[in-house]
Amino acid sequence: MSGLEDLYREIILDHYRSPRNRGELPTPPAQRAEGFNPLCGDEVVVYVQVDDGILSDIRIAGQGCSISQSSASLMSAAVKGKPLSEVRALIDTFKAMMSIHQSSLASQAGDAAEGPGISEDPAAAPGDRVVATSSSPDADDAARDDLDDAFEPEPVDPEALGELAALQGVVKFPVRIKCATLSWNTLAQGLDEAAAR
Amino acid sequence: MSPNPPSPVARTAGVLDVARLKRDFPVFERTARGKRLVYLDSAASSQHPRQVLQAMDHYYEHSHANVHRGVYELAEEADDLYDQARRAVGRFVGAADPEREVIFTKNATESVNLVASTWGRHSLRSGDVVVLTEMEHHANVVPWLMLADEIGLELRWLEIDDQYRLDLEPLDRLVDGARLVAVTAMSNVLGTIPPLRQITETAHAAGAVVLADGAQLVPHQRVDVAELGIDFLAFSGHKMLGPTGIGVLWARRSLLEAMPPFLGGGGMIRDVRRDGFVANELPWKFEAGTPPIAEAVGLAAAIEYLEELGMDAVAAHDHDLTAYALASLQERFGDELLIHGPRSAEGRGAVLSLAYRDIHPHDLAQVLDQAGVCVRAGHHCAKPLMRRLGVGATARASFYVYNDEADVDALADALAEAGTLFG
Repeated sequence: MSGLEDLYREIILDHYRSPRNRGELPTPPAQRAEGFNPLCGDEVVVYVQVDDGILSDIRIAGQGCSISQSSASLMSAAVKGKPLSEVRALIDTFKAMMSIHQSSLASQAGDAAEGPGISEDPAAAPGDRVVATSSSPDADDAARDDLDDAFEPEPVDPEALGELAALQGVVKFPVRIKCATLSWNTLAQGLDEAAAR
Repeated sequence: MSPNPPSPVARTAGVLDVARLKRDFPVFERTARGKRLVYLDSAASSQHPRQVLQAMDHYYEHSHANVHRGVYELAEEADDLYDQARRAVGRFVGAADPEREVIFTKNATESVNLVASTWGRHSLRSGDVVVLTEMEHHANVVPWLMLADEIGLELRWLEIDDQYRLDLEPLDRLVDGARLVAVTAMSNVLGTIPPLRQITETAHAAGAVVLADGAQLVPHQRVDVAELGIDFLAFSGHKMLGPTGIGVLWARRSLLEAMPPFLGGGGMIRDVRRDGFVANELPWKFEAGTPPIAEAVGLAAAIEYLEELGMDAVAAHDHDLTAYALASLQERFGDELLIHGPRSAEGRGAVLSLAYRDIHPHDLAQVLDQAGVCVRAGHHCAKPLMRRLGVGATARASFYVYNDEADVDALADALAEAGTLFG
């Protein structure tokens, strides 16, 4: 069960059982974005309120597995009240953690990823998409970003991630990575749409 | 033609000797996550006995050539093997005319698409009625939705009752004026086996033809198309111990004769000129291009293996194991475990869709995986049914000939671990 303990850290289970910032915000003024994982039916709805360059409020709705729901909850706690530039940076850092560790963990965790496939980001699996996007699906873009990061890894400082670092065990379970990144891709989409308004 | 005959019959008094039979399946020599492999996902795809793999190897090593085109010895052998496979399939489902009525496809999905694209497009007109059930796999929904988009069909739906059985009370009304009833022979989510013969009699009385999606039932019970009276039967090789890449469409000869070809290309023609073509005879009219020859050989070996076990023994084994699972899971978990499907083993197959407490199916499957227990979590390509059940996904355990009570116990133990973890 050691692998499972990496995945289901106590802090993750806590956020799953008692999700933070659960609910909705009136739109407008808030922006609503919806992310969907058609493979497992998980959906997350992110409401963001942006005031003067600050992500002043955020709410999460939707349903899904413990990883997608706790990731959304942890995300909401981490970004609330932060300047948009910091939020964007955190999104990048989080997604980097979801890919860099894939390759660095591969050397120590034999069963997580083997052979030549390790630089491939499982988040790029077909079918992973964020609905209501304009051109190419967001998740694919995200996957491409992740892939770029993987070629030139920047060290992720666990300190910068705080509680979010609890999610790093997810990368040992490749099919669950898109559960963890779903809410982050949806947040990025919501911020894009808010900026475009 | 297989290099080794199937193992001596691995059954005792109508019940399969699983311990012995399992030795035919190389995959069970490995472990999963360091534990004994408990494979409970045969409704998605089954494992392969050595006899199937060896038959395919033997074909590739000794008798491979393209079919229908060569006069040399190898090509003759390939032809023979391919024809034998067609006869084996026909025999297995009770086809009256196996050499014309059995069409090889890629899978059951393609078989249904073949019917929708040829019979459907040729015979149905705008406003015609097609009756489906809400427990269909997408393979028997989307082709009809696509055709409805194209020519404008009226789709009517049979629903399930609170016992997860098909509610046949409105059947008379729904089939009135219908041209086709397309129904699963066994739900891949609920396990429910609808009374196909009764549905077919009612449909025929109303002038409708019947297509049965046999992907789940054909691997698990003796299915006789003449006894059932159905008109079309679709199924896949890879859920019945055979390889992926091959499926079957059986249909009445009269229907097939009247249907236009499906895909165009080599093999399906009798003549081609600059200004047109003449379609080939059955069954080649529906088999354009080089067919899955090795897969047909593998499927025939799988059928031989199942026949050796005896389909009645397979069905009895399924029944007994399902009854054991229903009883033992109920006893151990009570109301905390919800099974989306009939609570009795009668009239249902060996498929259990589980909801345990409020643990998400993906989390459940993840914990089970760490115990070496392979189940599927998701919507199982049955989203209309998921909506009806009011869930986004379920965790599904499905059994086959190589599963036994120890596998059910392993499932139960792993469920208990999940319960502990998620408290």
